Amino acid sequence: MNGPKVIFTLPIDIPPFGQVKITETVVNSWIVMAFLVLLSIFLTHNMKKVPKGKQCLVEKGYLMLQNLVKNTMGEDKLGFVPYIGTLMMFSAVGSLSSMTGLRPLTADLNTTLGWALVTFMLVQVNNIRRHGVGGWLKSFVQPVPFLLPSNIISEVANPISMSFRHFGNIASGLVVTNLVYTGLAALTSIITGGWATVPFLQLGIPAVLSVYFDLLASCLQAFIFCMLTMVFVSMAMDD
Amino acid sequence: MERAFVLAASAIGAGLAMIAGLGPGIGQGFAAGKACEAVGRQPEASSDVTRTMLLGCAVAESTGIYSLVISIVLIFMNPLVNML
Repeated sequence: MNGPKVIFTLPIDIPPFGQVKITETVVNSWIVMAFLVLLSIFLTHNMKKVPKGKQCLVEKGYLMLQNLVKNTMGEDKLGFVPYIGTLMMFSAVGSLSSMTGLRPLTADLNTTLGWALVTFMLVQVNNIRRHGVGGWLKSFVQPVPFLLPSNIISEVANPISMSFRHFGNIASGLVVTNLVYTGLAALTSIITGGWATVPFLQLGIPAVLSVYFDLLASCLQAFIFCMLTMVFVSMAMDD
Repeated sequence: MERAFVLAASAIGAGLAMIAGLGPGIGQGFAAGKACEAVGRQPEASSDVTRTMLLGCAVAESTGIYSLVISIVLIFMNPLVNML
């Protein structure tokens, strides 16, 4: 298994990091974004007062999302519905894109760390907005000043653990699937004595793994990432 | 020679790191069992129970994910070999 391939390099030099590399992850996320934009335009153009066909589906999905946000964050935070919906769709489709043969864009720590940093900023900004800068700084020395380092660590650990959770689940699926494919190819050549040029054992058997690693883990991780974002942000806004 | 030794030690270390997979397994099994009990007691709350269980499982999983990341780093982008 290798990291994402570098497709091309931008001729812009940023001093500590060197040239900007456009990797497979970035290109795949452009593809996923384009797909999502086209899908949204297709699903929402030509809406009627009385829903029919695809509009029923979209309205049902939106209501489910709105209910989820309402139940988790509360009645007054429905403004987060578009962000949570976008995050969920992008994450789910980005991970599910591995079924079409693309490298899933969430199997790269950069993607998930970016999302987790957005959540981190939302939490901190809402905390400051709610308690003021003084109250925010005071919350770090809250029970006793002695706990300052551990409070800072527990704040910083949140985005790290969120991003590693999503990345680890998808990337481990990638590693296990790759190992199984390689093993089945070797097994084919052992059984047939190197006679078969097509590794026919790869047919069908890895699909069982794909149901778990691609379908279930992708949807579950998208859901969990959004749930954790909602819980952290509403906690910062409420207490 | 040194390189081979470091590589072998990293491979063993990666395997040992994955022992941490025990903890999340036990924890998630515990959570799932309790969720089954809760659904048995209150079948009408099953969707809420399932949602809470999945969230709890995901959080319990993070220690296992850390060990996975450590073993991926040890195997695929070994930092110890570069230190030789």
